[in-house]
Amino acid sequence: MKTGVTLRHRLGDFTLDAAFEFGETSCVTALFGPSGAGKSTVLAAIAGLIRPQSGRIAIAGETLFDSERGIFVPARERRVGIVFQDTRLFPHMSVHANLLYGWRRAGTRAHDRTVDAVIALLGLEGLFARRPRTLSGGERARVALGRALLMSPRALLLDEPLTALDARRKAEILPYLERLVGETKIPMLYVSHALDEVTRLADRMVVLSEGRVVAEGSLFDVTARLDLFTGKHLLPGAVLEAEIAGHDAAHGLTELAFDGEILVVPRIARAIGDKVRIRIDADDVMLALTKPEGVSANNVLSAVVAAIREDGPNADVQLRLRSALLVARITRRSLERLALKPGTSVFALIKSVTVGGREAS
Amino acid sequence: MEGLLTAAELEALGLSLRVALVAVLADLPFAFFAALLLARCRFRGKALVDGLIHLPLVLPPVALGYLLLISLGTRAPLGSFLFANFGIRFVFSWTGAALAAAILTFPFQVRAIRLSLEAQDRGLAEAAETLGAGAFDRLLSLYIPLAAPGILAGLVTAFAACLGEFGAIITFVSNIPGQTRTIPLAIYTAIQAPGGELAAARLAALSIMLALAGLVLADFVARRTRTLIGQ
Repeated sequence: MKTGVTLRHRLGDFTLDAAFEFGETSCVTALFGPSGAGKSTVLAAIAGLIRPQSGRIAIAGETLFDSERGIFVPARERRVGIVFQDTRLFPHMSVHANLLYGWRRAGTRAHDRTVDAVIALLGLEGLFARRPRTLSGGERARVALGRALLMSPRALLLDEPLTALDARRKAEILPYLERLVGETKIPMLYVSHALDEVTRLADRMVVLSEGRVVAEGSLFDVTARLDLFTGKHLLPGAVLEAEIAGHDAAHGLTELAFDGEILVVPRIARAIGDKVRIRIDADDVMLALTKPEGVSANNVLSAVVAAIREDGPNADVQLRLRSALLVARITRRSLERLALKPGTSVFALIKSVTVGGREAS
Repeated sequence: MEGLLTAAELEALGLSLRVALVAVLADLPFAFFAALLLARCRFRGKALVDGLIHLPLVLPPVALGYLLLISLGTRAPLGSFLFANFGIRFVFSWTGAALAAAILTFPFQVRAIRLSLEAQDRGLAEAAETLGAGAFDRLLSLYIPLAAPGILAGLVTAFAACLGEFGAIITFVSNIPGQTRTIPLAIYTAIQAPGGELAAARLAALSIMLALAGLVLADFVARRTRTLIGQ
């Protein structure tokens, strides 16, 4: 393993025992899991703020920690940037001084042009003279992001950077994050328990539960798994990559091609051929045994049941199209009525599609 | 001023201010270090160190003056060594008065600085560390500026306390006009002399004005620095 994280750390009753890939360039890894799963401990270990009892951390071929070989690079020499949830901007310094704090201390100073680029990317020009206290939550998050980027980090760790923000601020900052992900090659670890942020930004997904990695893989595979997203607040759903196939200007619609199928969604202001990421929640997929006629739904896809998981009154049904996976949440009663089993051919009626996220590379 | 105060009284005022200023400034680096030790470090015997630092608060000043006299007097081993080798003499000199005042008001500064260090968000230090700042760098760029309100509050409180110091000064360095006769000692002297009541009253009024000015200044400075460090 050239690049990746392996950690074992005991803290009282809690044991962290996690290993996952992280540190490839241009790759955003989402670290997903409920609170108390050990996400913050993983982050602190990668940043060098705690020393795990054993394990190994290597990012982009550089070993930062190896308990067997006795390597522990101290936090101040790691060049691992963190965007903290509470931003941790220095209250006694101006925005400008905050931004340049890490840049001034970096051994290999990023070029002035990089500084200008980061400042332009995050729209920070107008904030230089302000104090952190006078900034809005979204502005503070942007400054924290800029401060971490300007230290030219070898990796960027984002610790629920949007959790403290309300929906409006979140919508204000997400485009900046998307631009950042699109324009930088720095490996990023994005800690979150919000699926919508993760599906917009991440390439890979690591699911942590009670200190252990319970799933790891591409975002598309992990989000379509049935066994991970149980409970009221976590809805399974599929994340797919689609290409803009055409626009229906007369009806204000856009056609998306994916996996040999066409999905019709409200107009997306993107050029034909652009790739977009879409999310289809399990709640928004209905199933039928015969091809439905005379329904209002525009999107009817044929699929085969791949797996079923019963959960209280519900049943989550994983569907395979050609290669892509979808998930439908139906009631257990419907499951029995339709006599669905793995291998059954069905038609999936898709009620709504969330289009969001970065342009796929 | 000259119409209001006699030359001797002005001399006492000047001496008081000089003793207090030198005492608090000489204390400051040590007080900051002690506060940092108490606020940020865990070690064996911390309770004892804490107790020693606070001892001057509960020690009778006269007792401190006596201890200083027997250790730093010209015939005491330490005192004669300092005088013979460095020409430093504390007894019967204003520097001795400043030393006594510095020791007695040390805890005021330590407490104020410690409180403001303990109130600092430790997360800021972690953030600074990940941004490449070493320990000394963090001290200069974070701990000291963020502790500024506490440092200034400690300075003003200690300064005011120095102005009122009497027992340790008169015991250690005696009551010499122009050398060690600060305002409290001048008040005492005036009361001892027949017909000195008016002089004593004037000096007492001066003390009150100084104390009030100190309080107002402390409040202003505290608010100003809080704004400056963004709180």
